[in-house]
Amino acid sequence: EKSSQSIFSKISKAIVGKSKVDDEVLDDLEEILITSDVGVDTTVKIIERIEERVARDKYASVSELDKILREEIASLLSENNTEDLEDFVVPELKTPYVILVVGVNGVGKTTTIGKLAAQYTKRGKKVLLGAADTFRAAAVDQLILWGERVGVPVVSHGMNTDPASVAFDAAKQGVETGADVVIIDTAGRLHNKVNLMNELSKIKRVVQKFIPEAPHDVLLVLDGSTGQNAAIQAREFTKATDVSAMAITKLDGTAKGGVVIGISDEFKIPVKYIGVGEQVDDLQVFNKMEFVDSLFNKSEK
Amino acid sequence: MFENLSTKLDRAFKTLKGQGSITDVNVASTVKEIRRALIDADVNYKVAKQVTDKIKEEALGQDVLISVSPGQLFIKIVSDELTKLMGGSAEPLSTEGSPAIILISGLQGSGKTTFSGKLASLIKKQGKDVLLTACDIYRPAAIDQLKVLGEQVGVDVYAEPENKNAVEIANNALDYAKKNGKKVVIVDTAGRLAVDEQMMDEIAALKKSLNPTETLFVVDSMTGQDAVNTAKAFNDRLDFNGVVLTKLDGDTRGGAALSIRTVVEKPIKFISYGEKMEALDVFHPDRMAQRILGMGDVVSLVERA
Ligand SMILES: Nc1nc2c(ncn2[C@@H]2O[C@H](COP(=O)(O)OP(=O)(O)OP(=O)(O)O)[C@@H](O)[C@H]2O)c(=O)[nH]1
Ligand SMILES: Nc1nc2c(ncn2[C@@H]2O[C@H](COP(=O)(O)OP(=O)(O)OP(=O)(O)O)[C@@H](O)[C@H]2O)c(=O)[nH]1
Ligand SMILES: [Mg+2]
Ligand SMILES: [Mg+2]
Repeated sequence: EKSSQSIFSKISKAIVGKSKVDDEVLDDLEEILITSDVGVDTTVKIIERIEERVARDKYASVSELDKILREEIASLLSENNTEDLEDFVVPELKTPYVILVVGVNGVGKTTTIGKLAAQYTKRGKKVLLGAADTFRAAAVDQLILWGERVGVPVVSHGMNTDPASVAFDAAKQGVETGADVVIIDTAGRLHNKVNLMNELSKIKRVVQKFIPEAPHDVLLVLDGSTGQNAAIQAREFTKATDVSAMAITKLDGTAKGGVVIGISDEFKIPVKYIGVGEQVDDLQVFNKMEFVDSLFNKSEK
Repeated sequence: MFENLSTKLDRAFKTLKGQGSITDVNVASTVKEIRRALIDADVNYKVAKQVTDKIKEEALGQDVLISVSPGQLFIKIVSDELTKLMGGSAEPLSTEGSPAIILISGLQGSGKTTFSGKLASLIKKQGKDVLLTACDIYRPAAIDQLKVLGEQVGVDVYAEPENKNAVEIANNALDYAKKNGKKVVIVDTAGRLAVDEQMMDEIAALKKSLNPTETLFVVDSMTGQDAVNTAKAFNDRLDFNGVVLTKLDGDTRGGAALSIRTVVEKPIKFISYGEKMEALDVFHPDRMAQRILGMGDVVSLVERA
């Protein structure tokens, strides 16, 4: 197994005095990127860019090459995108800032909502949660427990009720109680299930009846260990709900989550948060450079 | 995707046709296409290399002239090889014992609790009295979730909401099962990462104490390159007997199945393809091979015909 030092120093060594990065080095780089789930297309793109840049700039020093590599990858995460968030902040609005949380089954939606609620509460925001996953066994109980854990109220109609009507009530109650943030949990659904995807569009429309600009964010949660299917998830959820931000979870494991590089580049959706554990504080705002570095770091934990 | 690969291979073989049989030289670009297709399907990078090297050997010397479409001939070679690698035929689950104990393990959110409910339902339908045991003492509402599923399928659920010792709960469940004539005990556990030492110790302790009839590793079929690391780490600690592949109702190609099978050499026993309690099937290696190659449509077409 290679560590970050070895790949960078290997690349550096291999190309000192050459105008072209040699094949062996590119093979190593390819392996690192592919095994991080970056995908074949994006990997090829990154390698071509590096070849071009090395040919053009004729790099001067080892540290510069290291920089080129990181920059090229990071640029795929940021072209046309907003800058990294500095902190868990939401704009001050007249109405609550409504966040609709979507994604396939089991990725970490409900947990991410609990963690987000804790962060906003810590910063003095008044948060309200909407339990619109009325389908999965004990989903409402799970969100209510998170609400208790972080001390925020939860709007719920119980299991097997209409999710759109829960979302509507959450928006309504958010306005009436002067909440700053309303976060709506939805049932996990696979993007190839048309009825379930339509249900999301409906939830969105219903919320808009009450707050026309809402949802201000549609947060797509992706499991960091998901492979190439994540790109299809991003495409289909965007079609149904105009995804505006992504969260990548479970990055406390050995999976690298590299698939978001291609997604971010293709769909121009920024990654806002990363999940790094099951506890309430295990959510961080996304930092491009740290993420890129993590692709090259062997997990130590 | 299948069309795509097949066309690409046909193109790669165009020049080859005049040459009669597949040789080392003319097969290179074809093998590269296959490897790429496998990686796109989330087959692990190293496994894809191994597999394509093997396929290359298999293909060498085969007569291309007899085939109208050499691309499809090659795909057949590949799909046969993948099927073989994934175990050839379905492997059954043992429920022998007094009672039989089935320990469920896996990462967070992979589908363990849902599968536990489904398996309980299946075994119950086979006429055996089953007990579900709630050993996830961490996730909010994990016990409630299992209880709801137990109720749905009409199976008792053993739980101790106040007890924070999974091994103790499991052993108490076993006593309860013996007293109440249960023939099979299914133990649902918390999701855990392979790098979480403490949690891995817990499940290792469960296995040691229970000496289960079957230990199953539940994995999300959408998993990418990391599937091999996780499967290997769980297998090193648990030496599990079988794998359960979940969420196959999605459109993932499911290359993780091939990676896991190749790396840990344990059979995939079940596939889960939905949230409903009936959405469970035994594993068919040939169908999975075709799915990884993007031939899913071809299979269902054949089945419909
Ligand atoms: N290790 C780790 N586990 C996480 C993380 N985020 C969530 N989980 C765990 O993943 C599992 C699923 O999380 P949920 O929040 O229930 O996922 P969900 O998307 O709401 O699931 P559904 O509603 O069933 O679709 C739980 O066991 C969580 O504790 C993370 O960042 N790291
Ligand atoms: N579409 C689909 N969803 C599934 C399947 N199996 C499980 N799920 C869903 O995936 C999510 C996670 O399933 P769980 O059974 O809670 O997973 P788990 O492994 O017990 O999760 P933790 O206990 O948090 O580690 C839920 O929303 C399930 O309904 C499947 O085969 N297909
Ligand atoms: Mg949820
Ligand atoms: Mg569970």
